Amino acid sequence: MAPPVTVNTINPKVIECEYAVRGEIVILAQKLQDEIKIKPEAHPFEEILYCNIGNPQSLGQQPITFFREVLALCDHPSLLDKSETQGLFSTDSIQRARKILDQIPGRATGAYSHSQGIKGLRDTIAAGIEARDGFPADPNDIFLTDGASPAVHMMMQLLIRSEKDGILCPIPQYPLYSASIALHGGTLVPYYLDEATGWGLEVSDLKKQLETAKSKGINVRALVVINPGNPTGQVLVKMLSQSIRVRIDLNNKPPMVLQVYQENVYVPEKKFHSFKKVSRSMGYDEKYIHLVSFQSVSKGYYGECGKEEVIWKLPGLVLILVMSPPKAGDESYESYISERDGILSSLTRRAKTLEDAFNKLEGVTCNKAEGAMYLFPRINLPEKAIKAAGEAKTAPDAFYCRRLLTETGIVFVPGSGFGQVPGTWHFRCTILPQEEKIPAVVTRLTDFHKRFMDEFRE
Amino acid sequence: MSLKALDYETLNENVKKVQYAVRGELYLRASELQKEGKKIIFTNVGNPHALGQKPLTFPRQVVALCQAPFLLDDPNVGLLFPADAIARAKHYLSMTSGGLGAYSDSRGIPGVRKEVAEFIERRDGYPSDPELIFLTDGASKGVMQILNCIIRGEGDGILVPVPQYPLYSATISLLGGSLVPYYLEETANWGLDVNNLRESVAQARFKGLTVRAMVIINPGNPTGQCLSEANLREIINFCYQENLVLLGDEVYQQNIYQDERPFISARKVLMDMGPPISKEVQLISFHTVSKGYWGECGQRGGYFEMTNLPPQTVDEIYKIASIALSPNVPAQIFMGLMVNPLKPGDISYEQFIRESQGILQSLRRRARIMTDGFNSCKNVVCNFTEGAMYSFPQIRLPSKAIEAAKKAGKVPDVFYCLKLLEATGISTVPGSGFGQKEGVFHLRTTILPAEEDMPAIMSSFKKFNDEFMDEYEDKWNQSRM
Repeated sequence: MAPPVTVNTINPKVIECEYAVRGEIVILAQKLQDEIKIKPEAHPFEEILYCNIGNPQSLGQQPITFFREVLALCDHPSLLDKSETQGLFSTDSIQRARKILDQIPGRATGAYSHSQGIKGLRDTIAAGIEARDGFPADPNDIFLTDGASPAVHMMMQLLIRSEKDGILCPIPQYPLYSASIALHGGTLVPYYLDEATGWGLEVSDLKKQLETAKSKGINVRALVVINPGNPTGQVLVKMLSQSIRVRIDLNNKPPMVLQVYQENVYVPEKKFHSFKKVSRSMGYDEKYIHLVSFQSVSKGYYGECGKEEVIWKLPGLVLILVMSPPKAGDESYESYISERDGILSSLTRRAKTLEDAFNKLEGVTCNKAEGAMYLFPRINLPEKAIKAAGEAKTAPDAFYCRRLLTETGIVFVPGSGFGQVPGTWHFRCTILPQEEKIPAVVTRLTDFHKRFMDEFRE
Repeated sequence: MSLKALDYETLNENVKKVQYAVRGELYLRASELQKEGKKIIFTNVGNPHALGQKPLTFPRQVVALCQAPFLLDDPNVGLLFPADAIARAKHYLSMTSGGLGAYSDSRGIPGVRKEVAEFIERRDGYPSDPELIFLTDGASKGVMQILNCIIRGEGDGILVPVPQYPLYSATISLLGGSLVPYYLEETANWGLDVNNLRESVAQARFKGLTVRAMVIINPGNPTGQCLSEANLREIINFCYQENLVLLGDEVYQQNIYQDERPFISARKVLMDMGPPISKEVQLISFHTVSKGYWGECGQRGGYFEMTNLPPQTVDEIYKIASIALSPNVPAQIFMGLMVNPLKPGDISYEQFIRESQGILQSLRRRARIMTDGFNSCKNVVCNFTEGAMYSFPQIRLPSKAIEAAKKAGKVPDVFYCLKLLEATGISTVPGSGFGQKEGVFHLRTTILPAEEDMPAIMSSFKKFNDEFMDEYEDKWNQSRM
């Protein structure tokens, strides 16, 4: 009798689901990294350059000092009773920690909280949203979660009843959506962003995809919008109002709007507008629109990926610090502003440097990174390369990324992990390696690309 | 206007079917009353810090330093933090790839998983592989991930003890599987009888179910019983014969209040049994930082360890874990500290031992106070809490009370618990939330209220209970004296 948990007897939805951001290429990268540790000359490079995942602090980005001071004090509240603490912590961080702890029942930061997250903290977040958008926000409509990913899972769980339920997703998309739709047994209904117009949304395409799905008997239940985009980086402006109108026409799918990169906007001509603000300004209130928006502390300029705003933990602690940071006049204001602006301007510079570098490569075009943390260049692979990939039983973009990794140590994620118009190839590269490492990335990439094209050019 | 996708009527049915009594009707009612200004004693969740238990000092010092590593560069840091906390913070920071703010390996920081493996080896006497240990955001997440791999559809049955901690029933419901109950024997101190197991499996198979896994909770929740070594051997044999994965929920392994049955892990017994069983039976063991004497529920730190799973299956589980990118990093450090504690000679050792022993001994005393207190009440019978954090007294409701409950549209134990809440502010979880034999009623409280408050709580309970029993006493039972 076969043991109950083999690959043949495991839940098939688990087998089906894929997540390229930590997929095959990354696993290989880790293997190569281990090999270098044991034998530094094992490969033609000294270190792996991880450009696959939006994990800023793993690549040297420093946390915001003020935020960490407050967190440390909240983790160990007895520090607040000691006079020596004033010598090591800024005055305003001490005040802020006290204020936050007063909102936590019994100051018990180790206790399970309300399942939605501590009320006082949700109040602060609601106030922050209200200040951002100019429309009222209700703390009872806010749920704090272990990161944005589990929140997306929860939504999929609520919406997907069978494979007949479809979710409209942008292509390319961050594969959390495709993975969680597969895991919950639903159907992904793609709508294609237009690379030629800076990854804009064509409302006509949206309508077309919806009709196609309907004709196949799929009941489309939600529209996912990622703004700013991942992997594509575009900041949506007009698209928002268009897609809202489309939705109203098409019987109200609740848009699931992932807004985790709202603090990452690098182009002066575009501003982040929340979906809620736009829809309310158009006159659509909650009677017309079910809207679920996701925000996270993993990105922005604070990049606190490891923290995860947990339903049951110091919920929303970093989130509320982000929503009400030090003000002019506060002791920590100067250092906060210089840290924040330092990070954001560095990200802007890195985005530009890498974008220019990609555009200089033969057969490669790259849209501007308006926001988020990624570049998603398109590569026109020669026929010879596509054939070689076929023989190696890999997708052509994965073939390129694998060669890149083994020859230079640079880790990109193949575009097929995000979806792309069939017959086109892309890869996703983060803009996160530290600024002093960027020249090395550019040089290695450029040299590799030339060699690759020399080998496979017609 | 047509129904919207997130309107109640069109939600996923599995979501609507789920019940989780620990934060169900009683808790919601208690929260309402609290808002109205009534003093509520929450005994519904094993949430020690919410009831005044203090966090252990040393781990909080270490994590605070990890949160703000610039403190380590400050020459005055020694004024606030002892040297061993400083050293330990440096130790954990060096294991991370960028501090607390970076995603770690999706399975958890390798260095911490190694510490967990070493802990397991010291505890059981058998080597453990860090590659087969995954850290999770609380043990509950791990349980849900594993059940999601096992349950393919409603044809798959999972053996679950009754009474059980409703994470299992809720998750099985959510995932669209089938719960196969096996009853624990209240009269035999909530013991497990293998014959009950056989019967449950036979019935399930007769209904056409494929029984795929068996859950044991040791020490039990809500029942508190500690499984003996003989019991564990029987269970493992049973899983071997019936081809079941064993899921060992061992989150209360530090909470033992008697000396006859110390905690033995399922893995140790499995290994002791030698091949072929030790190499064949698939086992997943769960642990947490939320319970024990740590009680760090809010940190969301847990792990599961896999034994005898094929590598391909482990890869699939890794793949699913990677979608959520990474378990939360501060909690991983709490886990490291828990499994790799201070040693005699360390500066903070004395204080650490004092604090932990203080908590454990108090829990032992409170287990006794509550058991005896319940047993002194009319129509209440309570097994001793051998372990875990709960008391699960049986309330023998008179038939008049049961009728009154029916009239009020409530399940009898819910009816009783609501009245208890309104009268005394004590918020419990009705036994129906955990499962019980037909016609037998219980409630679950924790043993966590502060020791100095216990006498008042127990006498408040007794007053309510005895008056309730007098009010609903069957007339023909009344003494004529």
